[in-house]
Amino acid sequence: MLRACLRGANATARVRLLITFLLQWATISIGASKVVAAGLLTVSGGIGGTILYAKWDHKFRAAVEKNVPYSDWLLGLALGPAPQDTGVPVKKRVRNEKQNNPLFTALSLTDPHYSYKKNVKEAPESPDKDSRPVATAQSIEEASKEATHIISAISEVPSVPAPCDTEAAAECKDCHEHKEATEPLKERPVEEVAARLAQQDKEEQDIVALSTSLEDSLASSAQATLQAIGAQEAALQAITHHINKLKEAMESEVPPEEKSDQWKELEAALADRTCALNDARAALSKANEALDSLRSVIDKSKGLKMSTVRPLVLAAEENLHNMVVDLDKVLMKVQSAESEAKIVSQYSELVNEAKQQFQREVSSLTPEIQANWKGLTGKLSTDDLNSLIAHAHRRIDQLNRELAEQKVREQIHIDAALEQQKLEDKKALEKSVSTALQHVREEARLEQEKKLAELREVMEAEMRTQLRRQAAAHTDHVQDVLKVQGQELRAEAEQVISLSKMLEQETRYRQLTQEQLDNFTLDMNTAYARLKGVEEAIDSHVVAEEEARKAHQLWLSVEALSYSLKTAEADIPTVPLESAAQAVRDSCQDNDFAAALASALPETSLQRGVYSEASLRARFNSLRSVVRRVALIDESHNSLYQYFLSYLQAALLFEKNQEAPPIQLSTEDLDPFKLLSYASYCLEHGDLELAAKLVNQLRGEARRVVEDWLTEARLTLETRQVVNLLTKKWLYILCGFQELSS
Amino acid sequence: MSEKELGKKWDRCLADGAIKLGTGLGLGIVFSVLFFKRHTWPISLGSGAGLGMAYANCQNDLRSHYILHRGDKVGLCMEKMNKML
Repeated sequence: MLRACLRGANATARVRLLITFLLQWATISIGASKVVAAGLLTVSGGIGGTILYAKWDHKFRAAVEKNVPYSDWLLGLALGPAPQDTGVPVKKRVRNEKQNNPLFTALSLTDPHYSYKKNVKEAPESPDKDSRPVATAQSIEEASKEATHIISAISEVPSVPAPCDTEAAAECKDCHEHKEATEPLKERPVEEVAARLAQQDKEEQDIVALSTSLEDSLASSAQATLQAIGAQEAALQAITHHINKLKEAMESEVPPEEKSDQWKELEAALADRTCALNDARAALSKANEALDSLRSVIDKSKGLKMSTVRPLVLAAEENLHNMVVDLDKVLMKVQSAESEAKIVSQYSELVNEAKQQFQREVSSLTPEIQANWKGLTGKLSTDDLNSLIAHAHRRIDQLNRELAEQKVREQIHIDAALEQQKLEDKKALEKSVSTALQHVREEARLEQEKKLAELREVMEAEMRTQLRRQAAAHTDHVQDVLKVQGQELRAEAEQVISLSKMLEQETRYRQLTQEQLDNFTLDMNTAYARLKGVEEAIDSHVVAEEEARKAHQLWLSVEALSYSLKTAEADIPTVPLESAAQAVRDSCQDNDFAAALASALPETSLQRGVYSEASLRARFNSLRSVVRRVALIDESHNSLYQYFLSYLQAALLFEKNQEAPPIQLSTEDLDPFKLLSYASYCLEHGDLELAAKLVNQLRGEARRVVEDWLTEARLTLETRQVVNLLTKKWLYILCGFQELSS
Repeated sequence: MSEKELGKKWDRCLADGAIKLGTGLGLGIVFSVLFFKRHTWPISLGSGAGLGMAYANCQNDLRSHYILHRGDKVGLCMEKMNKML
């Protein structure tokens, strides 16, 4: 009751204290408001500063959002969403060489090399950097040449440059010459093949060009020559026509009306002739030009010295020669016709002159006949007739004289003319001879060339046959050698085979013997293994028995130990457990766990023995009253008055004798009286451990009083624990979960 | 046995108290008879002194375990125990 009163007093005291505190707090509320205001200000300043700093430093914002739970909501409200990672500088440099790479563009342009672009892009970077300042138009060519070079360098097969870049191949040749110094051995075959191919292509192209040019010039010259010949023939025709007309006009005795027509026709013929002659001359000049050009082309082609073109050249030369010959013939005809025309015209002029002379003489003699209109009657007077006859006689005499003179001069003239004619003939002969000689020379030369070409072909064919013969001979020889070698090898092989046969037989015998041996060994091994197995089984049996014996011994010793624990009587401790413990130690020498346990027994229990639970229980009951009496005494309350009060409390306070302890002790349960009732309950129910734990909670003088009892209880508990563990260990061993000597 | 300590202490207390009381009484009587003309006050003084001495001795004996001497070191758990109580 006192305790209840005390508790009530305590409670009331506490309530009073609280009220006083509140009143005090109310009186100082004015000061507190200031403090509260200051605190609020500080807090808001902190938050504002945090927000501002988060706005400025994003890393700080991220850290705050990560660490403080709802800060991201607050910061988002204040500042807006967190900015993306745009401010961070790009760490990797993007190598954007595609638009700057002329090689790539060039390669994309040239389709045949497109598939190699990856290799090509990576490989020629150092030369590419050198070529970058070059203009793109040039760089494409360089790029293609680079491509051909690289492709050939990468692949072992020599790459033939595609037909689209033959110009590049030609330049490739040049660039290869530059690079030859660096890698002579590797690049040479490629370069040579490429060069040769390029050369061949060039030659073919040249030949083609040459043949086309030859054909063109031949065609043009032929055309021109034909035209010239045609013109010349037309001129010839015109000249002959004119001559005929002239002859007709002079010799024919036609009436005067038709004479004027004749003269007109003659004039027309003359005009025709001059026109035709002009045309002929123009055509001739054109033909000459064409022939000259053809000759120059032929000379150029001859200058190139290519064997394949020779027949073409020869044919062209022949054609040229023929054309020249024809042209000359026609020219000669025309010239002869012209000379004839000249003679005829001279003759006609002479005749006209004579006629005119006669007319003049007649007119001089008889002028009045001419001038007189009487003449028109056509009648002449006798005077006139007489004078005319006289004149005529005189004229006849004169003419006779002249004739005689003429006859004399005739011879001279004829001689002179003959001489002249001879000279002219000679000249003409010489000229014709020279032209004929030239022609013949040309023909001879052409024939010679033809013969040379034939001879060359023949020789080449002969050489080829010879080579073929040689090759055939070589193959025959090789075949023979191979045959012989084959025979030799066959003989060797047969020998080897025969040898190998013997070896085979030997190996077979050896194998058989080995097999027998192996079988025998196998049997022996199995027998041995069985023997070993049997021995092991026996040994393990022995070992198992030994183990069992040890376990039995351990059991006995543990049993003895636990039995010795029971020898405790009321107020007398057990016998000293030393001997039993020693027995246990002996029986489990090679078991560390058991040995450890055996050595874990407390010294006192070994020397003196432990008290039994019953004795402890009895002792506790006597203890209890003492503890109750000193419940209030501790280090601060220990005067005699306190003792008096404590005794009074013990006399007046009644608690349950035994009370079941709760699962968890609260502060109220730490009251000594409660603890004692719990401990008593535990002891009555055999739970020494819990009782000891509860008693351990006593403090102050009560604790000092129960100290010895607690020590004894501890000893007993320890010993019992060790013995229990040992028993369990032995059970474990017995059940075979563990070896004794582990 | 620690539980018997208290009993022993009480025994000592009582014995000592008896002795002192008796001695004080005796001395008081003696003094009263000899020097103070049979007043009672020396007797009561003496017995009172004797009783007081016995009380003090008993108290001292009972709290002797808790007396801290100069140079004693105290563990912190004592403070906890104080807080609990």
